[in-house]
Amino acid sequence: MPLLLEIVTPERLAYSDTVDAVNLPGIEGELGVLPHHAPLVSILGVGELRIRKGGAEESFAIVGGFLQVRPDKVVVMAETADMASEIDLEKAQQARREAERALEGGAHIDAVDLSAARAALQQALLRIRVAERRHREGPRHRG
Amino acid sequence: MASQRDIRRRIGSVKNIKQITRAMQFVAASKLKRAQDATLAARPYSEKLDEVLADLAAVLSGDDHPLLAERVGGKRLIVLVTTDRPLAGPLNTNIVRFVARDIIDNPGDLAVITVGRKGRDAMRRTGVPLEAHFATFGDRPTFADVLPLARLVTDDYLAETYGRVDVIYSHWVSTLVQRPTRLTILPIPASEDTEGIPGNQFIFEPSASAVLEQLLPRYVATRIFQAVLEAKASEESSRMVAMKNATENAEELIEDLTLSYNKVRQANITREMIEIASGANAR
Repeated sequence: MPLLLEIVTPERLAYSDTVDAVNLPGIEGELGVLPHHAPLVSILGVGELRIRKGGAEESFAIVGGFLQVRPDKVVVMAETADMASEIDLEKAQQARREAERALEGGAHIDAVDLSAARAALQQALLRIRVAERRHREGPRHRG
Repeated sequence: MASQRDIRRRIGSVKNIKQITRAMQFVAASKLKRAQDATLAARPYSEKLDEVLADLAAVLSGDDHPLLAERVGGKRLIVLVTTDRPLAGPLNTNIVRFVARDIIDNPGDLAVITVGRKGRDAMRRTGVPLEAHFATFGDRPTFADVLPLARLVTDDYLAETYGRVDVIYSHWVSTLVQRPTRLTILPIPASEDTEGIPGNQFIFEPSASAVLEQLLPRYVATRIFQAVLEAKASEESSRMVAMKNATENAEELIEDLTLSYNKVRQANITREMIEIASGANAR
């Protein structure tokens, strides 16, 4: 039985296709979903979502949100979802430097800005990690 | 009758206006395309959230979270979404009229938060207390842009400053039709579990109430985001149509003016010929 995966963010439908399996960051650790999974609703963490389809693998950097699993369908409602191949490494590094600079000024910024900077840093680091892994390994193919 | 030169000058200025309205029409058309795409692209997310909320509703009751519970009485907050820029045809007038009617129909304690300068200006004149004002979120509103507004509304609601929160915005139906719409976002209206698997068969991780806790503020933000996107698409539609009409009117005006220009010109030539002829005869 095929498993339909949909990744949606508040701004767009990021992915919609049938897949063999998907690994994603749950709030309580890594979660693997195959067809016929029990119905589940979970909070998502921050991390890498990996899709296995045919012999190929595709990955997304996702931040926060929810996950709804039904036996034939997985719906990921993430705050942001960036496909590894679409991540602009330079931009992510730029964002990382900016966030770090903002955090260094720690004493002068208020709590809201501080948490925003932390979130930005976390997201930038994640994007860099996902993009670099892909860069190193290239799109993986299995026999 | 106006002189030839006067008419020529008027034709020139109407042509200039036509060029401007025409340019604005094309700018609005391209922005509309973008706004329309953004509105449609945002729909799946809010539909999925609705589904999850419906699943949760099957296992939780309204008392489980203050954002769900109906409240009796309390102040009503209106979040009014209009445009910052003028020349958007009848859009802002319509929505302000809609709000005025709504306020008269639902008397009671009231406060308003405005998005867009036009709405703020109108609300100032009515004397309804203005709690906060936001500029519209540019040509491409992002979800992060509306989060501060959503947080403000949610926090104030949880602090029981308000008993109910409505968003009033222009719902984008088509390029020609935009409908002023009122949407109650808090308390969150109960949703029906319509989908295949009943909500009570789901496992919730870490727990149903934890999911709910995370979901509800996001749900509010999504609803506001949707309204902002719809309002943006409505603005560009309405501006495009208004500017198209203005361009057509300018064309008509140029035609009329050209006609009277030619009449005056001909009259002048005829007069000059008579003068020459009578001058020659007199000799």
